[in-house]
Amino acid sequence: MSARGAPIRVEGLRKSYGEMPALDGVSLEVGKGEMIGLIGPDGAGKTTLMRILCGLLVPEGGSAKVMGFDCAREERRVKEHLGYMPQRFSLYPDLTVAENIRFFADLFGVGAAERKTREERLMEFSGLGPFRKRRAGHLSGGMKQKLALSCTLIHTPEVLVLDEPTTGVDVVSRAEFWEILDGLAREGIALLVSTPYMDEAARFSRIVLLHRGRVIAEGSPAEVARGSRRKLLQIRGPDTVRAWRLLREEGPRGIEALRFGDRVHVAHETDEEDSSVRRALAGLDVSIVCVSPGIEDAFIALMGGKETGTA
Amino acid sequence: MRRMLSIARKESNHILRDPRSLAVAIVMPIAMLLLYGYGISTELRDLPVGILDEDRSPASRDLVERMISSGFIMDAGRLDSRDAIEPGFRKGRWRAVVAIGAGFSESLIRESVGRVQVLIDGSDATTAATVDNYLKAVLALAGAPPGESGENLENLPLAGRARILFNPELESANFIVPGLAAIILVMIGALLTSIAVARERETGTMEQILTTPVGPREIIVGKVLPYLVIAYLDAALVVGAGRIVFGVPMNGSWIALAAYSLLYLLVALSLGLLISSLARTQRVAMMAALTATLLPTLLLSGFVFPRSSMPVPLQWLGQIVPATYYLTVIRGIMLKGEAWFPVEGGVLAGMAVLILGAAAARFRTRLE
Repeated sequence: MSARGAPIRVEGLRKSYGEMPALDGVSLEVGKGEMIGLIGPDGAGKTTLMRILCGLLVPEGGSAKVMGFDCAREERRVKEHLGYMPQRFSLYPDLTVAENIRFFADLFGVGAAERKTREERLMEFSGLGPFRKRRAGHLSGGMKQKLALSCTLIHTPEVLVLDEPTTGVDVVSRAEFWEILDGLAREGIALLVSTPYMDEAARFSRIVLLHRGRVIAEGSPAEVARGSRRKLLQIRGPDTVRAWRLLREEGPRGIEALRFGDRVHVAHETDEEDSSVRRALAGLDVSIVCVSPGIEDAFIALMGGKETGTA
Repeated sequence: MRRMLSIARKESNHILRDPRSLAVAIVMPIAMLLLYGYGISTELRDLPVGILDEDRSPASRDLVERMISSGFIMDAGRLDSRDAIEPGFRKGRWRAVVAIGAGFSESLIRESVGRVQVLIDGSDATTAATVDNYLKAVLALAGAPPGESGENLENLPLAGRARILFNPELESANFIVPGLAAIILVMIGALLTSIAVARERETGTMEQILTTPVGPREIIVGKVLPYLVIAYLDAALVVGAGRIVFGVPMNGSWIALAAYSLLYLLVALSLGLLISSLARTQRVAMMAALTATLLPTLLLSGFVFPRSSMPVPLQWLGQIVPATYYLTVIRGIMLKGEAWFPVEGGVLAGMAVLILGAAAARFRTRLE
């Protein structure tokens, strides 16, 4: 195993849809028992990367390996070692919980005797035991998601790839789900989990920030947050939108104002820029505070930097 | 093998638990059979016919008498003059008029040919053609000698005489039921399979299936198998109901029918697979499957409209419709008792191989 390297190994991966590059030279590694967060907005390339990993898409350049097997050329071997939960985790709503699990057990070639013991374990940790005979369509969102996870775990994969597993799931179920994933990592499974929620980033041992098909930052959540040397001014108040327009149209050079919901974040590097922003906004009904960047802010700062860098 | 069976079992569960697809699979064929069986009736009984006898001779009275007693036409009234013909058509009193001109008996004697004019309501073209054929047949029947008397044969010689083979009672059910089997098999086959595959693509379960080490052949065969059973069941249902309800004969071998039906079903199922590999959603798949099967089968295969009376380009087009060949086979088996159709069987087999090949080539275990 050690000769093969990390369970997930991606190097210089490239893929485009027509003119649009979806992945532009992405490299990353996920070790045994590690849970890596793939973070980025819609269209960052998260799903493309995951689909390449499980052999659903063929990359144009670079390589992707799971347990040492090439994802493009040895996809059948890869599939034996990998569990993948697509973004819209979809089960058969008209089949019962047990039937769904059995179906995927059969597809993965899990024998009947083995299936029984694995099924018991999965039922236990997911709490789905009492709902065995219930149709999947009648489960709650959180339960459905646990069933989907159970179906991807039935062949005891060493690598688990989950595409936005917590999207559309209530807060309590989300917390439970993360605990289950932590447990799986402790058992030695390598997990790559994508999420659009920046507040979930803190749950990972390591995060990879993906933007427009490129890795723009990588490290522990704290490292990534600190990694941005820029400071942030947070502008809030009744005149937020006017402030944002003003800064974009005639603000001081070298700063970027990014609107984020009801706030505007201004990334800057020097105190001089700080005061020029404050001068520009004098007279507007907004509060301006200097905040230490969180992951979200780091992301926005990094993203903003990229955008002005290319524009 | 186990994967394939597992997919087949799962698919059967889908069918059995979804009342709508079950209805499509079981109720629709029966409904279609009854609807078409009673509805598209090309046979006419008690056709209201007006009779204008300007000759008023013993010979003309004899002809009228025999026409009516043939049982195919209903005496809708005697006309006094030609002026009464059109108003009667307009009021719908008669669908046709047989006019025996004043010179009928004279020409019968002089030229040994009796001339009779037949006027038909052409507003319904299909019926008009049928009425034309019927009246010719009825006139022929009426013109035939009542006894052995050679005198009568001389008296009423006939310009044409039709003898109808294989379906002597001209029962349209005998014609329609085999045709319905052809329509239902291709529709169920193509529609259900294409929807079943498109549904998995649309809901995203196909993506989930493709991440397992299952091969494309296992998916295809596993998915098609339950529909093959259903379509076979439907075929038996239609032919069985056709025999019981409409009394359609079965003069040939059941084994031959089953064998050729299997071939035809394979074409239909492959077509469904090919459609599903092109269609992204269930809706598109459904529309495509219906367009590709229902209309061509209905219009071009010779089910309703005889192929021989079609414009040549449409006849060519009809040659790529699988039902064209299956119709020849099933009518041949059921009505004529034949069993050997090398050309039709060969064409159907070729179509199955070609379409399945195209479908398999397009069916990838990847998303692109």
